[in-house]
Amino acid sequence: MRTVLEVKNLRKCYGSELVLDDISLAIPEHSVNVVIGASGSGKSTFMRCINLLEEIDDGQILLDGEDISAFGTNMDKVRSNIGSVFQAFNLFPHLSVLENITLAPRLVHGVSRNDAEENAMALLKRFGLAEKARGYPDLLSGGQQQRVAIIRAIATNPKLLLLDEVTSALDPVLIAEVLTLIAELKSEGMTMVIATHEMGFAKRIADHVIFLADGKIHEEGNPSEILNNPQTDRLKEFLGALHSAGRL
Amino acid sequence: MSYKPSSLQLQREDARRRASRRSTLIAAVSTVAFGLVAVIVVTGAPGFDRVRTSFFSAKYASHALPTVFHGLLLNLRVLIIAEIFVLIFGLLIAVARTTKQPILFPLRLVATFYTDLFRGLPLLLVLLLVGLGIPGLRITWIPNSAVLLGTVALILTYSAYVAEVIRAGIEGVNPAQRQAARALGLSSSQTLRHVVLPQAIRNVLPPLLNDLVSLQKDSGLISVLGAVDAIRAAGIETARSFNFTPYLVAGTFFVLMTIPLTRLTDWLARRQDAKQKQQGRW
Repeated sequence: MRTVLEVKNLRKCYGSELVLDDISLAIPEHSVNVVIGASGSGKSTFMRCINLLEEIDDGQILLDGEDISAFGTNMDKVRSNIGSVFQAFNLFPHLSVLENITLAPRLVHGVSRNDAEENAMALLKRFGLAEKARGYPDLLSGGQQQRVAIIRAIATNPKLLLLDEVTSALDPVLIAEVLTLIAELKSEGMTMVIATHEMGFAKRIADHVIFLADGKIHEEGNPSEILNNPQTDRLKEFLGALHSAGRL
Repeated sequence: MSYKPSSLQLQREDARRRASRRSTLIAAVSTVAFGLVAVIVVTGAPGFDRVRTSFFSAKYASHALPTVFHGLLLNLRVLIIAEIFVLIFGLLIAVARTTKQPILFPLRLVATFYTDLFRGLPLLLVLLLVGLGIPGLRITWIPNSAVLLGTVALILTYSAYVAEVIRAGIEGVNPAQRQAARALGLSSSQTLRHVVLPQAIRNVLPPLLNDLVSLQKDSGLISVLGAVDAIRAAGIETARSFNFTPYLVAGTFFVLMTIPLTRLTDWLARRQDAKQKQQGRW
């Protein structure tokens, strides 16, 4: 199977603090990869390195075989091929839902307004948000905002979708509607990297689970293996903590 | 089932009504008392009769009205032109000051120097320096017009103020917004134009309009260069009649001219407050 993203010996420091230490990873097309780990383990930084929002300190990142970490890479072009969704939604408050979704297709991908709106409406309709198209983000619930943010990220047909703790700011009912949408994207074959604390969801949706701690991959493999039969002490500790907090 | 308020709620509403009646009464009594004191102090002043005849003369007011109004039309023209240029220059300077492009570094330097200079210089001084200094250069293609040079001085000063307001707005936009735009593949200039600036301007609209209100009344200062605006016209009338009423007429016009914009500013500020409260961000 084709490899969409390949990360080789990635290293990232903030000052003297080492945040990502020798991370290597290959992500095949149509695969769903879930990154788990405690807060501060480097999950978000890892995602931000992939879409070039952070400068890396060593290693290499290849998207479709092309080295996007090389000096002089056209970062706008790389980012236009990667969809990113954040914990805090980050919808543009001055634009309507439809304008939020059509902004990048029109400005970056040169799609005409008509085509962009048609495509956006089709996506909104499919995910039950069609009647919100003309509304503004502040009138939507958190779950609706996050679903719009995901639609905004996939409206440009990215090669890879990064979802960084997209349900962490939501209550359980709203979490469910966002997770349903993500499951649907999986069924369509979207290649995804998901950082999450929702272990039940990780178990259901992941093809591959990666456990990060102290900026290192301590364990990775298929979800039932990783989550039911942890090998390293760090992962046992992490899952134990989640269990006693009632999150597993 | 139809809702009937409980006796507890009825009592509470009754108490609220009584409290609000009491507040209204207190406000009314206090207003009347303040008014009385003010009237007594002013009318009881030893020079009140002289002031009344020399500042509040109906005869001279109606006499000065047409010329002062004619002068006001000049103020209107000046301030409309000045407002347009101030908004354009203010925006450009603010963008220049916040840009991080290395090639624009000299521009950033100039913009910083410019705002420092013109925020610090008194407007009156700028008017005199521009209005008297530039004609002194004897450059033939620059018309020696008090109106034109006065307008230039207003634009120079107010562009600096407005630039600072807009810059505050740009820096106040949540960095996550810029990041979300860049993550979608928008270039830095697209991000500025479509994501950052619209939010920045919206956030600083009340202080921005406040500066424009200031500009409206300061358009009267071009009279020091000899332009026959409302204030100058009032001055000429006063010199003719030895009565100061024309100044009061000019003052009234200026207040009337700024009121619509001040009301709009207040309304916008209130609306923004309400919106932020509604979103639980305050």
